[in-house]
This record gives sequence, structure tokens and C-alpha cells, in this order.
Amino acid sequence: MAAVAPTAFPFTDDDVVTTKVTAWRRFLRHRLAMASAVVLLLLVLAAIFAKQLAPFDPNAIDNVHWHGPPLPPCFQNASLCGGHILGTDEDGRDLLSRLLFGARISLTVGIFAVVMELIIGTILGGVAGYYGGWVDYLIMRLTDVFLSIPLLPLLLVLTAIVAEKSSKAALNFGSIVLIIGALSWPAVARLVRASFLSLRQRDFAEAARALGCSDARIIFRHLLPNAVAPIVVQATLDVASVIITESVLSFLGFGIQPPTASWGNMLANAQSNLEVAWWAAVFPGLCILITVLAINFIGDGLRDALDPNMR
Amino acid sequence: MPGGPTISWRGEGRDLFTYVVRRTLQAIPLLLLISVILFVILNNAPGGPLAPYLHNPHITPADIERLKHNLGLDKPIWYRYLVWLGMVLHGNFGYSTSNAEPVLTAILQRMPATLELMGSAYLLSLVVGVTLGILSALRPYSLGDYAVTTFAFFGQSMPVFWFALMLQLLFAVHGIPLPFGYEIRLPAAGLSNGEGFDLGDRLLHLILPTIVLSLLQLALFSRFMRSSLLEVMKTDYMRTAAAKGLDSRTIVLKHGLKNALIPVVTVAALTLPGVIGGAIVTETIFAWPGMGRLFIDALGQEDIALLMGYLCLIAFLVVFSNLLADVLYAWLDPRVKYD
Repeated sequence: MAAVAPTAFPFTDDDVVTTKVTAWRRFLRHRLAMASAVVLLLLVLAAIFAKQLAPFDPNAIDNVHWHGPPLPPCFQNASLCGGHILGTDEDGRDLLSRLLFGARISLTVGIFAVVMELIIGTILGGVAGYYGGWVDYLIMRLTDVFLSIPLLPLLLVLTAIVAEKSSKAALNFGSIVLIIGALSWPAVARLVRASFLSLRQRDFAEAARALGCSDARIIFRHLLPNAVAPIVVQATLDVASVIITESVLSFLGFGIQPPTASWGNMLANAQSNLEVAWWAAVFPGLCILITVLAINFIGDGLRDALDPNMR
Repeated sequence: MPGGPTISWRGEGRDLFTYVVRRTLQAIPLLLLISVILFVILNNAPGGPLAPYLHNPHITPADIERLKHNLGLDKPIWYRYLVWLGMVLHGNFGYSTSNAEPVLTAILQRMPATLELMGSAYLLSLVVGVTLGILSALRPYSLGDYAVTTFAFFGQSMPVFWFALMLQLLFAVHGIPLPFGYEIRLPAAGLSNGEGFDLGDRLLHLILPTIVLSLLQLALFSRFMRSSLLEVMKTDYMRTAAAKGLDSRTIVLKHGLKNALIPVVTVAALTLPGVIGGAIVTETIFAWPGMGRLFIDALGQEDIALLMGYLCLIAFLVVFSNLLADVLYAWLDPRVKYD
């Protein structure tokens, strides 16, 4: 197979490729996004019904089965694992149950942090793009600041401060959501600003202004609906990155605190036990990967569906 | 500047120079703003810079008060910031309580290891990522293209620390068996502390951390390179080159690639904050003696001065690399207007 196909080249692109190929591509793209949506739906259901689905209490300690192996050995010798389908961790807690409850944490942190990021980002970006001038300048410098400080170290410092301020237990779900949401808005703000800059000069915006609409009404009723497509795509992809961020924080011990199960903190002790219990390291990460992959595929599908020109 | 006669001849050299100066001047207030915000955040940490002493039973509240007064911590925060800024401008980032040495000394000592790791990760992701991107752009919507795209999605969705654990599980705990009884076994942590500098040993220890740190970059570069090259292929000059009768290999390599590679500069700079974050995780997992681990250790010991120094330094790195990328872009692509 030559690296360069002489016939198709160099004008191969969407407009030149046969419609059949394009259709196939759309189909495949779409199918991946659809399959991902199904996977995500199942994950959401699993998280909602974690209590009903979990075979054990996620924090219950099985004194007999520490580091119990997952399924296959169970078939041969049931006494090896005592009904723990995916095995147990170093404290003898059921992995499957903890994974189910961990799904609640990951998904809700992802969704709520992105909602918060959207609120802050839309308001700041909208104001900057609509009014322009010095307001725009100030807000954009602020986004520059937050885009220039790498997110992870800043998050770690803030969570450490919160943990120290009261007690380590204060690092609960709410504070993690607040901290992540409060720091990840700059991308959304830039996106909203960019579309508002062009939208505010369009005729319909001028017309609304001529009719005497208030600024708030123009921003939220006339401009925002027209800027929604890129925001939706960005928000979807951000849910994925927030889930990863939360898991990293929890893995490093600055996120969700044990004994509350989160996919990240389940991996915190996995490294030191890697030689004896591979399952405790494999399954939580696999859950993160599958969830994030599904959301990224959905985001990509949305991008194609909502705005084919977006890239 | 004696650099390029064509540039100065057309008067473009001066434009570029003023552009560089203006962008540099813009970066200064940004850095000041960053340091103000970081200073306020870190000094609002409970206990502030004296936090490590608060846990020490041998230090009485009276001692704390005296320390506060002697260190000027009873002064208003804006005054303390100005004092800090003055010190920093003289190259003094304060004293690290957890390392018992000046902050700058502690950071500079760990910096080479981090740069080594980040450098090799950037190199690997650039070479492999760009190559994959080119290959998939050459045959868009082929099986290979789909394979690369899918791989890129996996790379973007992979939690770095879990990828590291899996590599350790495969290569360090179990080892990959090879024919004739050999097996691939790679060191999973740190550097061997033998005497002197052993290049082979050093490289061996670099393999896994580099792969881990480069994965996300690699995915981003390959996706970006693909779309960039596809975009370039649509342009008129590519049509012209084809119309001249050049063979397609020459067209891609000499005309297409050159132009498609320029935006990669921007992506490399824009993803730097992510790489710095990734380095923290990678260094923690692989016990790599770099700045990231220094930062994590300082975090546990409430070493405010070191945290401040580290955060300012990496923010400076990010601002500087963005500046460099913009200037490089303007220099590489004459179509860019300096405004």
C-alpha cells in the first residue's frame, strides 16, 4: 500500500469524496455517538439505581476475603471470593458495589461542575462580547489569568486549602464541584464572547435594540440561542474532562475522601497493591475510560450534527 | 539584525520586532495579575506561611506572634505582596520550610528532571502524532484513518494515572514475555541511584513515564495535524502545484506539509498547561524526582513559599511559551498581520 494514493490526491476532501463514502462516514460517526449514548444511559441508570443494583454495602468489610479475585476463580471455587463478582479491595470491600456508587460521584460531579462553568462562562463571556470596551478588556484579562495558570496544580492548592480550613471531610462532593466549576469557565467565556461579537452586529440584534429590548433580554433571548451549538459541544466535552479531573484529584488524595467511593480514590491504593490485586487497579480505571470515551464520542457526534462547518 | 536580508529589505523585520516588543509588554501586566491572585489565594490558606510551625508543640503562641512580627506577617496584605514582588525581582522567592533551603534553589534543583521528562514527551508526541496525522490525512476516510482517529479518541479519554498503572502492571509487575525466554521488563519508578551518570539506565527509566505523559499530546497532535493538512490540501496553491505536474509526494511534502505544520506550533504551546499537570501526576506515580513531586510534597507540608514559587514559575512558563508561539507563528507565516 503506497503512502500516497496518486489518483484521489490531492483534492480528496468532503466535496470530492463520493456521496456514498460521505454517507458511510456520517453513518459510522452517528452510530458511534448513538452507541455511546446507549452506554452512557446504562451508566446513568446504574448510578441512579446503585443502591438496588449493588450486591453489597459499598463500605461493608468482608473479613474473610481481602483482595478477593474477580469472577473466573469464583466459578471454580466459590469460597475464594464469597460472591464478590469483581473481587474485593485491600479492605475486603466489594468492588462492584463501590464502582456503582462511584459512578454516582463521577457523573454528578461532571454534570454539576459543567452547569456551574456554563453559568459563569456564559454570563462573563456574554457581557464581554455584548458590551465590548473596557468591560470586555477586563473580563478577557481575567480569562487570560486563569488560562495561564495550569489547572491541576491550582485545583490541588485550592482543595488542599479547603481541606485544611475545616477538616479533610469538608472535601465533599459540593466543594469539589464548586472548585472545579469556578476554575473551568474561561473556555466557555471565550466561546460565548466570540459568537456574541459577531452576533450583536447582525440585523436581528439591531432590530431588537431598536424595539427597545433591555440588554438582558437581547443577551438571553436573542443572542444566546444563536450561540448555543458550540456551547453545547464544548459543555459535553467538558463533562468528560471534569470527570477525569475529579478522578485525578481523588487519586492524589485531594478529591472525594474515603470511605466514600469514587473511581479516582479507589485507585489511590491500587498502585501499592498492583502485584497482588490487579483487579483493584483495572476496573475503576476502565469505568473512567469507558465513561469519558462515551461522552467524547457523543460530543463529536453533536459537533457533526449541530454544525458541520465547525471542523 | 543581519538575520534575513529579504525580511529587512521589505521592512517586515521591523514590524516583527515591534510585534515582539508589544507582546512582551502585554505579558508583564498579565504576570503581575497572576501573581497578585496567587498571592491572595495562598495567603488565605489557614495559618498562612506559618502553618508548618502551628503543628509544632515546642513553639508557643508567643513564639508565633514573634515570628509573625519578625517576618512582617502582621502587615497588610498589599504591603506583603509588594515586599514579595521586590524580593522576586531580585531573584529571591523566599525560604522553603519543607526543604530548608531557598525556594529557587529547591525548584532549580528539580527542574532538569522535569524538563527531561516533558522534553522527551513532547518529542515523542510530536514525531509520532504528526506522522500519524499526516498518514491519515493522505488517505482520509480509509481504514487507517479510522484507526488513527479511534486511537486519538482513546488517547484523549484515557485517565493518565490509570494508563500509568496499567503500563506498570504490564511491563514492571508481569513483564512482556519474548521468545527464547527473554522478557521485556521496564523499571517502574524513579532513577537508579548508582554512582555517576549512566545514560542507558537513565533512558530505560524514561521510557514508561515518557509514554504516559505523551499519550494525550500524541492524540491531540495527530487529530490536529490531520485536519490542518486536509485544510491545506483544499488551497489554491496546492491545486497550482498539481497543475504544474508535480508528483503528489512532492506536493504534500514540499508544499502541503510546510504550511500545515505552522499551526502545530500554537497547539504545542496551548497544551503546555495540560502537560505540566500531567507531569505532576506522572512524576508522582513513577517517583520521578522533578518539580511536580516537589510541588505535591510541598502541598502536604503547607510550604506556602514553595507553592507560590512553583505556581508563579509555571504560569510564567505558560505565558512565555504562548508569546513564543505567537511570535514564531508570525515569523513562519508571512500572511499573519501584526495586530
